[in-house]
Amino acid sequence: MIIINKTDLAEVMTRAQETYLLSGPVETFHGHTFRHLEPGQAPDLSCHHTLLSPKAVVFPPSDPLLTFSGDDWAGPDLADLPPQAAVGIRPYDAKALHLLKYNFDTPEYKDPYFLSRFENLTLVGLAENHPDPANFSVSCGTGPFDETCLDMLLVDLGDALAGKILTDKGEAFARAAGLDPIPAEKKAAVASTIAELKTRAENAVTRTGSFGSLDGISTLDLYEQIDWEALAFGCINCNTCTFVCPTCWCFDIQDEARGQKGVRLKLWDSCMSALYSAHASGHNPRRQGWQRFRNRFMHKLKYFGDKYGAGPMCVGCGRCIRTCPAGIDIRTIHQALSRLEAVT
Amino acid sequence: MNNPYDPYPVRIREIKTETADRSLKTFTFEFIRKADEAAFSYRSGQFAMLSVPRVGEIPIGIASSPSEKGIVKFTVFKTGKVTTVLHHMKQGDVMGLRGPMGNGFPLEQMTGKNVLIIGGGFAFTTLRSTIITLMQPGLRDQYGTIDVVYGARNPGMLLYRDELDQWNGQPGINMHITVDGTDDPDWPHHIGFVPAVTGECAPESTGNAVAIVCGPPVMIKFTRPVLADLGYGDEAILMSLENRMKCGIGMCGRCNIGQELVCKDGPVFTLADLNKTPGEF
Repeated sequence: MIIINKTDLAEVMTRAQETYLLSGPVETFHGHTFRHLEPGQAPDLSCHHTLLSPKAVVFPPSDPLLTFSGDDWAGPDLADLPPQAAVGIRPYDAKALHLLKYNFDTPEYKDPYFLSRFENLTLVGLAENHPDPANFSVSCGTGPFDETCLDMLLVDLGDALAGKILTDKGEAFARAAGLDPIPAEKKAAVASTIAELKTRAENAVTRTGSFGSLDGISTLDLYEQIDWEALAFGCINCNTCTFVCPTCWCFDIQDEARGQKGVRLKLWDSCMSALYSAHASGHNPRRQGWQRFRNRFMHKLKYFGDKYGAGPMCVGCGRCIRTCPAGIDIRTIHQALSRLEAVT
Repeated sequence: MNNPYDPYPVRIREIKTETADRSLKTFTFEFIRKADEAAFSYRSGQFAMLSVPRVGEIPIGIASSPSEKGIVKFTVFKTGKVTTVLHHMKQGDVMGLRGPMGNGFPLEQMTGKNVLIIGGGFAFTTLRSTIITLMQPGLRDQYGTIDVVYGARNPGMLLYRDELDQWNGQPGINMHITVDGTDDPDWPHHIGFVPAVTGECAPESTGNAVAIVCGPPVMIKFTRPVLADLGYGDEAILMSLENRMKCGIGMCGRCNIGQELVCKDGPVFTLADLNKTPGEF
C-alpha cells in the first residue's frame, strides 16, 4: 500500500509522465471530462464524475484507421505506443473497458487500434466515496470500491490518497511515480478507514435488486411482448445516452479527403440514429425511433449477456440517467423486462 | 497483430456493363501482391469490402467462384457515394479489397441433395458464384438435381446473359429464367414473378433438397409459402441477408439481428435460424 499527500499530487504526476502518457478527469467549460493530460497537468481528483466516460482512452471518438496519399494507404504504427495510465478512473468505468474488450477482441478478429491501447494501459482507479443517486454500480456486479478491473486503487482520505497496488502494472506505475509505501505503523488504521469508507459508499449506492441478464425469458418474448412503444414514449432519439455510455461501442467508418490526401476514420456512432441501420435502398429494419430504443436496451440487457455470459452491458455508472433529456431510466426499463420474466 | 481494417491493394482488370440501364457493372480485380491472392481464400456466398481510397467502403457479395483463379469479381449496383465513384473508375485503376467476410453457403453439408437456387434482381451475384462452384466437374456428381429460378424486371436487367445462355443448354442444370414483363414477342423464357415461376417449375422436396433464396424482401416474402407448399422445411431454406455494414468483422454493431451479426454470423442463415431472431432485416 502507498500514500500520496494531496499537496504532492502534481509532483507525483509529473514524475509518472516521464514514463506514461497520462489521462484523467479535467475540468472543462462543459464540466469534467476524461482526457489526456498535458505535461505538468494533474488530474482533478475532486471530480465527482465525468460527463463522458473514459472509454475514449482506448476507443477515441475519432480514430484514424488509414491515411491516404493518392491511391496508396498506410495504417498508423501501433507497435511503439508509449505506456498509458488512466489516473482517477472510477472502478466501474474500468470494468466497462473490460466489457468493451469482448467486442474488440474476438477469436476471429482482433481490433489492433483498441487492443494496442488496452494492453498498454494501466488503470489507476479512484474509489468513489460519495456515489450519487443515479449510481447503481453495485447491482451491476461492480461498485464504487471494486478492485477487480484495476491495477491500483486510490482512496481519498481527505488530505491524502491511499493506494492499494493490485497488479504488476500497478507496481510498475508506483515505481515510476516514486510513490512511498505507507509507514508500517499507519497501515492498520488506513486499512480500517478504507473498509469503513467502502461500506458507507456501497450502502449509499442505489440498489435495484438483481440487474442480471434476464436468462429466464426468451429474446423473442422480450422483443414482442413488452410494450416498447410505451417505454420509448418520451425518447427523442437524441443519441446522448450512447455517447456518454462507457460500454457503448458502435462505430462508423468514414473517409475524409482533401485533394489527393485523405484519412479513413473510425468514429463513434449511435444505434439510436436512423441512419445507423438504413440501407442504401432506403429500407431500414429499425425505421421507427421506438424500434431503435428497443434494440439499444435489448442489446444492453439481453443480447450481450446471452452472447458472452458476462452479465448485462452496463456498469451502473448512471450517466445515461443523469443526461437523458426525457428522463428515461435504464433501471425502470430493466424492471419492466423483469416483470415479464416474473409472469412467464 | 494483423490489421483487419487494412485492405489488400487490387487493380481493376476488366469492367463490364451488365444491364441495359447501365446501373450494374461487373468489376474483375486482380491482386497486386501475389501473396494476397492466397490470403483472400474464399467460398461461395461470402462478401468483401470494396475500398475506394478517400471515398469509402461498401460490402458486396463475391460474384466469382473460388475455381476462377487469379481474379475476384463483384457486380455492383450504382446507388450511393462509393458505388457512383466506382462506376466511374477505369480499367487499371488501383483500389482496395478487404475480406473475405461472412460464412458463405454450406455447400459441403448439401452433398447428396437436390439444390434449388432462387434469385431475383441483382441479388444473383453470389448465386453465380455458387452455380459455377457446383458445376465444377469434380463437384457436380456430389449433388442431385440443380434447378435455378432467376428473375429480373425485364430482359435487359438480367445479369450474366452469356452465362445464362450457356447454362441453359447444359446438362446437369435446369434453368428457369423469368422476367416480370417484356415487349419482346420472341422472348423464349418465362414471363411472371419469381414466386409464381417457382411454384410452376421448381421440383418438390421430400426432405432431400435445399433451397437457396436471394432477392428483394418482397420476392422472399412471397416465395416462402411457395417453398413450404413444395415441401421445403425451414431448415432446408438458406437465405443470404444484406443489412447495413461498416466494419464487416462483427465490431461496429449495425448489422445485428438480435445477437446475431449478419457480417460475421451470416450473411447466410437458414430460415429456421432466422425464425428464432427478432427478424430485423
